[in-house]
Amino acid sequence: MTDDVNVSGSLRNRLALILTGGAAVLAAILFVVVRALATQVAQQGQDNILNASMSSILDTAIIRDGRVTLDFPYSSLSMLGTAADDRVFYAIYENGTLLSGYDKLQTPDTASPDQNQFTNAVFNGDPIRVATGARVLIGSDGPRTVSVSIAQTQDALSDSLSVISRNVALIGLGFFVLSSVLALWAASVTSGQLHRLTRSVTRRGPQDLSPVTKPVPSEMGPLVGSLNTFMSRLDHTLTQSEDFIAEAAHRIRTPLATVRSHAEATLQRVEHADNRAALQSMVRAIDESSRAAGQLLDHAMVTFRAENLETEDVNLVELLRELVQRMTPVADMKDITLTLKSEGPAILSGDAILLQNALRNLIDNALKYAPAETAVVIDVSTTPTVNISVLDGGPGFAPDEIATLSGRFVRGKDTGNKVGSGLGLTIAKEVTTAHGGTMSLHNRPEGGACVTLHF
Amino acid sequence: MRYLALLALCLAPLVAMAQDWEDQRMFGAENADTTLRILSSTDTSFFAPIIDDFIAANPAVSVEYLVTGTADLNRIFRETPNDFDVVISSAMDLQLKLANDGFAARLFDVNHPDWAQWHDSLFAFTSEPAAIVVNRSALGDLPIPNTRQDLIQLMRDNPDRFQSKVGTYDVRQSGLGYLFATQDARASETFWRLTEVMGRINARLYCCSGQMIDDLISGDLIMAYNVLGSYAQVRAESSNELLVILPSEFPTTMMRTVLASRGATDPLVAEDFIRHLLTLQANGDPTHFPLPPLSPSEANEGQTTIALNPALMTYLDQMKRSAFIREWEDAIVQDE
Repeated sequence: MTDDVNVSGSLRNRLALILTGGAAVLAAILFVVVRALATQVAQQGQDNILNASMSSILDTAIIRDGRVTLDFPYSSLSMLGTAADDRVFYAIYENGTLLSGYDKLQTPDTASPDQNQFTNAVFNGDPIRVATGARVLIGSDGPRTVSVSIAQTQDALSDSLSVISRNVALIGLGFFVLSSVLALWAASVTSGQLHRLTRSVTRRGPQDLSPVTKPVPSEMGPLVGSLNTFMSRLDHTLTQSEDFIAEAAHRIRTPLATVRSHAEATLQRVEHADNRAALQSMVRAIDESSRAAGQLLDHAMVTFRAENLETEDVNLVELLRELVQRMTPVADMKDITLTLKSEGPAILSGDAILLQNALRNLIDNALKYAPAETAVVIDVSTTPTVNISVLDGGPGFAPDEIATLSGRFVRGKDTGNKVGSGLGLTIAKEVTTAHGGTMSLHNRPEGGACVTLHF
Repeated sequence: MRYLALLALCLAPLVAMAQDWEDQRMFGAENADTTLRILSSTDTSFFAPIIDDFIAANPAVSVEYLVTGTADLNRIFRETPNDFDVVISSAMDLQLKLANDGFAARLFDVNHPDWAQWHDSLFAFTSEPAAIVVNRSALGDLPIPNTRQDLIQLMRDNPDRFQSKVGTYDVRQSGLGYLFATQDARASETFWRLTEVMGRINARLYCCSGQMIDDLISGDLIMAYNVLGSYAQVRAESSNELLVILPSEFPTTMMRTVLASRGATDPLVAEDFIRHLLTLQANGDPTHFPLPPLSPSEANEGQTTIALNPALMTYLDQMKRSAFIREWEDAIVQDE
């Protein structure tokens, strides 16, 4: 079935890919966001300590004997001790003049008493974080602005950041792996629903055009609905064409029979040789048309039934015996002996009407082409499987035509004036194929044709 | 005047060349490939076995060992950091500031306790308490002081006996003396009372522990306060006169520290020396390591070991230092 379906990609793979890709993107975003957040928090932590240290120094600023002094406590710097032993720098200014500390420390130009400032700088080639604050002291000679900058290298910060980064990366990776497993599971569960529907449709018999009634997910509802509608339309069409075949057979055969009986009656009345000949060829043409119509309808019927094969156990010997009985008068008219040879009942699971039709066509052909005073034999054997051979004493098949004779509307070249549509062998072959068998044509060594159906 | 200035200019390089070292000694082969220059405040006698051991392991290296006071050492090294490979000093605050200011090279993966190193560049290798040292016979029948409080009481009760007979560090000259004084002042106000009492009896001020011990042995001093216990202990072994007392309330304990100069001519040799020194300290074999090895403060209850922490720089602040020294001078220098 899937061989002739235009397949492009897999729903499951696509779903898995989208979910896994999404998980990867989310994991990356998680990593970036959490790391940025952690950086911010860690920096905030350092800033808070720097701020506390800076404030504790600034708070000690007083004017004593007309000079600004800062007698800051031991704790101001000891609180800056870190696991990574970060280096500490500070500078104390009064109105922009260095009072104490490191004069090379980069400090903001404008230290405002209202707002403590945090800046990044470089000292001796190492990146540092600088906290700066200012206070205004009122001296006898006017206000004096004291500003304190305290700076720390960022070794401990980058140590803890690299630990955080590693942990966050592990969390991101774990999240991605877990999401991928979930994605694969979700994808296979989803496509499992489709597989179940496919299996239930595939397992149906050829005649089963009933709607799918099993519960399906809402997303598959429209598809199953369309499928059900399509199947009910197909069912309807099939019924219609069956009816049409029966109707057509009736409509064509009956008027043809009427025309033929009128032609026969007229033939009895006319005496002129020319007229008689004309009427005779008319009857022949009517016979041919009638037979062709019959066979066309047979073929249509066979085609339809073969596609919707309904099987039951058929005894082929019984079926053939009936046929032989019915056709013996025709054989007698041509002085042909029609015999059935069988070893016992031959049971085949199939459509009796089709099988009868096929076998009748074969016997018909044999009687048609066999010369008078010959025998047509029907041989049924059941070991190892059912084989039916129809043998005649006629001229046989032209060897170069054997391969093509079973095609539609194909007739042998030297069929002379025999009435035929070229559908007999076609019907026999299609019925055999529908029952899982093969048909073979060959000429008998002692003369005459042989058609064998192997089931 | 102009000639004088010119003369001073011409002589300046000579003065720099002829640095007045307390001691200066060469170890190892004279034709060695590399000479390691060690700038130290530690007496050569303590370091000779360590250096000999190092040279035995590294015969291609010779060592020049230069000794000066802690404050001098700090000044010289800051002026010419590239002239020295290894710096050893007992002034922890000055050493930490050198490391903080980027003068020290960082040595990684040194197997050394965390509390005894700072920033992978400053390594402590001794634990040495500041002691009260007494000349037994000079003290006579007076009670032996066990605490600072005892010391104050003794001097108050016998001002005439102790007049000019008590010694302590001149914190203006000695980096270690300043460290001990500031740590004492931080721990207890007893320090200021003690300083005042010493000022009243006209205490003598010294640059170094060695001279204080000399004067104690000679009997010029009866007592000395904040003497390096390790030095005094060694001298006490040869002189029965000396009695070394660790103040029982809180003996301030200093750790001697070493750093490798960032401008060292051969940084690998400097690093080797420091690793060798720290290994000898860890082994604790007194024949090769005559200094008192590290002892974690948890091991000695009540001992206050000065921690390697940026806070050591607090009293090095120009303003704080001048305020402290002014206060100290007010207390101790009575009639100058």
